[in-house]
Amino acid sequence: MVTIGMDYGAKNTKAVIIKNGQILAISSVLSGFDQKASEEQALNKALNNAGITRNKVKHFTATGAGMEATSFANDTVTEISADARGIIAIFPSVRTVIDVGAEEGRAIRLNEIGKVVDFGINEKCAAGAGAFTEAMARALEIDIEKMGELSLKSTKAVPMNAQCTIFAESEVVSLIHQKTPKEDILRAVHDAIADRITSMARRVGIEQDVALIGGVANNIGFIDSMKRNLKCEILVPNDPIKPEFVSAYGAALTAQDRIRG
Amino acid sequence: MSSTKYPTERLKCWGKAKSLRENYYKDFAEAHEKGGIRWAGGAWSFDAIPSGLGEDVWALTGEPYGATVAWNKEFATECQEAIETKGYARDLCSYMRNYWGSILLNKYAWPQFSEEFPKADFIWQDHICCSHSKWYQVASSLEGGIPMYSIDVSVGPYGELTDSRINYIVGQMHDGIKWLEKVTGREYDDELLINAVHNEFRSCHYWAAICALNKAIPAPLDEKSMYSLYVLGTLRKSAQWTADFYEKELYPEIKDRVERGIAAVGNEQCRVMTDTQPPWAFLKVFRYLEKYGCVSVGSLYTFSLIGLWEDQEDGSWGPRAIPDIEITNRDEALRALAEWNLSKPEWQHFYHPKLKSEMMIRIAREWKLNGVLLHFNRGCEGLSLGIAENRLAIQKAGFPVMPFEGNMGDEREFDITKTMTRIDAFMESLEFEKITE
Repeated sequence: MVTIGMDYGAKNTKAVIIKNGQILAISSVLSGFDQKASEEQALNKALNNAGITRNKVKHFTATGAGMEATSFANDTVTEISADARGIIAIFPSVRTVIDVGAEEGRAIRLNEIGKVVDFGINEKCAAGAGAFTEAMARALEIDIEKMGELSLKSTKAVPMNAQCTIFAESEVVSLIHQKTPKEDILRAVHDAIADRITSMARRVGIEQDVALIGGVANNIGFIDSMKRNLKCEILVPNDPIKPEFVSAYGAALTAQDRIRG
Repeated sequence: MSSTKYPTERLKCWGKAKSLRENYYKDFAEAHEKGGIRWAGGAWSFDAIPSGLGEDVWALTGEPYGATVAWNKEFATECQEAIETKGYARDLCSYMRNYWGSILLNKYAWPQFSEEFPKADFIWQDHICCSHSKWYQVASSLEGGIPMYSIDVSVGPYGELTDSRINYIVGQMHDGIKWLEKVTGREYDDELLINAVHNEFRSCHYWAAICALNKAIPAPLDEKSMYSLYVLGTLRKSAQWTADFYEKELYPEIKDRVERGIAAVGNEQCRVMTDTQPPWAFLKVFRYLEKYGCVSVGSLYTFSLIGLWEDQEDGSWGPRAIPDIEITNRDEALRALAEWNLSKPEWQHFYHPKLKSEMMIRIAREWKLNGVLLHFNRGCEGLSLGIAENRLAIQKAGFPVMPFEGNMGDEREFDITKTMTRIDAFMESLEFEKITE
């Protein structure tokens, strides 16, 4: 039985195809202005990677900020439930999931059977999300992929008080003018996001094991900041399901669950 | 033939409630043409007291007016921009900003009754929330210096009430009556005051009795509809028309709905309550809940902004009994009025969030709720104060909570799409599925 989960994220549209619980293929494309085109592109890419045609797919479940725009999903599932379903399949011991995407940060507490007990989502502000790190990378004129590694070379904690992307950018500019080493500024950026995200997670209640997912979980500097802040180890999924694919994977598993009843 | 789980019916007295509200704003606008007096003040002010000035005295209470403006998104934005241009901060009470903006623009929210904002002859306010007196101090100034009197009611929670605390308020009330006589040039009529106090007892008692009927499954009322009904008490709780409407029309109708099993939400399968004022421009959130068969049965806010409550003989929470006392003079009337108002549940949590948590948990248990939606309302510091602690206490008591941020009167601070997505996730976590699309 083949099912597809698609995550219509603010920045990327991701697809995961599974067959009887086994991952067949994944794909990711930029979420363009034309959501239907992005959807079609992500789906076709995943189908090609899996080597199957669309008519082989039994059920299609959509999730993510743009899920209502889907033109061919059978149904939808919220990101909260998709994250929970996905992570519990990867790490059954997880009780707290922290998902940091492009525009949204989420913290979810699960019980021993993977049921959502409580959750928190950031409000009308992306200061604790990927858009924040992108803005800071621009201000520091550095590739976003290199931010994490460079920040780990930092030897000094620099306080960054701003909880707002705009104000933080002006703080970064001030730090540059003060000749603060780039690696210290990067660590300050990661610490600032980690502060914001963990404060939301603490409101939900942190119970170990803790997992970090979403695109920002690819940043090893941010993972380091989160570990220092939470004072615990953090599980981050890797191959075949990277952190940014967990929601889509959870949606694919939800599709499978729904068929099985 | 209805295909829903429970039968539903429109409220018979709905039209009457709407016309009472309209008449209130019309009367205020036309008061001077009738030779009457206009006063302005908060919904919690002791409105029974100005009633002693005569039967041709009409009020405009600020919070319901601010909510009326908020409901009209275009006008609200116009008001907010006007007041921000004047230099007032965006994080102040949004009702207050809507009210001030309306003054600055000189536009009334009811243009069919008056194109200009009707200027009050005096301001009669009380002070428990940090914005209350400041609100009208600025309003007075913006309107060219309207005489203003404010009563400080912050004497502590009802459970710690002493004679000296009541005396502190009653003393201010006596002084206030002398002040009213001076600013209006009218002689004060104690009989009118006593009647108004009795009306207020009835309004507060019967509104609570109506809310208590919502313990029934299915709930006869949904909170979105309750907003259009409780508002009469916030306009003028001491008016005979308010008391009569609650006692003689609404209460019997809701009681009858309970007896016949008439539901507000035909597919009721999930019961929640909210907290604080809703984002008025987005009441469709409540209709969205109904897609899940979810009824919001009310809140501490809708129940007790006007309704007064006490323990019943069976241990449940029910309407505070109408005082069985004979009031023979002004002092007795003022004393009874002060004591009555100080028991208002919505005044208690200004002193400690624990007091609010206890009442909310009580509602959650007695109204048989599945969960709670907490509005972290950026527009009202007074009622949002301590809400994060309330959340923890309610969760500890075993009720799932969904917080959402917003603003009762400033739509720029509310995200409808995100809130609905959040509701989807909350309903999924409670294991309720959508019944209708």
